[in-house]
Amino acid sequence: MAHFQHILDQLPYSEPFRFVDSLEAVSESGVEGRYRFGEDAYFYKGHFKGNPITPGVILTECMAQIGVVCLGIFLLSEAASDGTQIALSHHEVDFYLPVYPGETVRVISEKEYFRFQKLQCKVKMLNEKGELVCKGVISGMVVK
Amino acid sequence: MTSERIYEKLLPIIQTYLPEDVSKEAVNRESDLTRELNINSAHLVDIVLDVEDQFDIEFANEDMEQLRTLNDAIGIIMRKVGER
Repeated sequence: MAHFQHILDQLPYSEPFRFVDSLEAVSESGVEGRYRFGEDAYFYKGHFKGNPITPGVILTECMAQIGVVCLGIFLLSEAASDGTQIALSHHEVDFYLPVYPGETVRVISEKEYFRFQKLQCKVKMLNEKGELVCKGVISGMVVK
Repeated sequence: MTSERIYEKLLPIIQTYLPEDVSKEAVNRESDLTRELNINSAHLVDIVLDVEDQFDIEFANEDMEQLRTLNDAIGIIMRKVGER
């Protein structure tokens, strides 16, 4: 697990907007990682009033950070220069189950293509029981 | 394949990716894909991938750099179809 630390170190996010804890597998064709939604995350105060559930946009962000940005950093590792970033360009996600405070999710991403600086992936998120939380297609553009 | 025939096949691909505020009638051979038709860089890649499938060709990075207008695309496609 530790040998993916160089990818985690290059993530351009920090608290309270980093949604990657660890990477389990990284290859040319895809990536798998995990994140635990801490009970004290700021968005639970307002989403929803008295009924904390992880917002869908945050689940999408988590899928994008692990599934597209971590994979992009790996794929670019030899070509990347300083200041290279990956900007979200498109996402289409279906949601199936809620994620409550304290849950750990697993994100699995499969590369569809990486051409002309556009990385498109099929990404899914599973909960601790292995049930499908959400899935979709997310793409990002490498920008300087 | 004639330039006219290529244009006929290219036009619907381009029109698929137009933003809502750009009318389909606004597209012509001289249209600049990003500056005039307001197609973003991610959709430009989608267009190229669709063109590759439609014409059974492959774009290189240099082709992408030369691509500004529909006429540029038609030129690249004609050359690649001829080489095939």
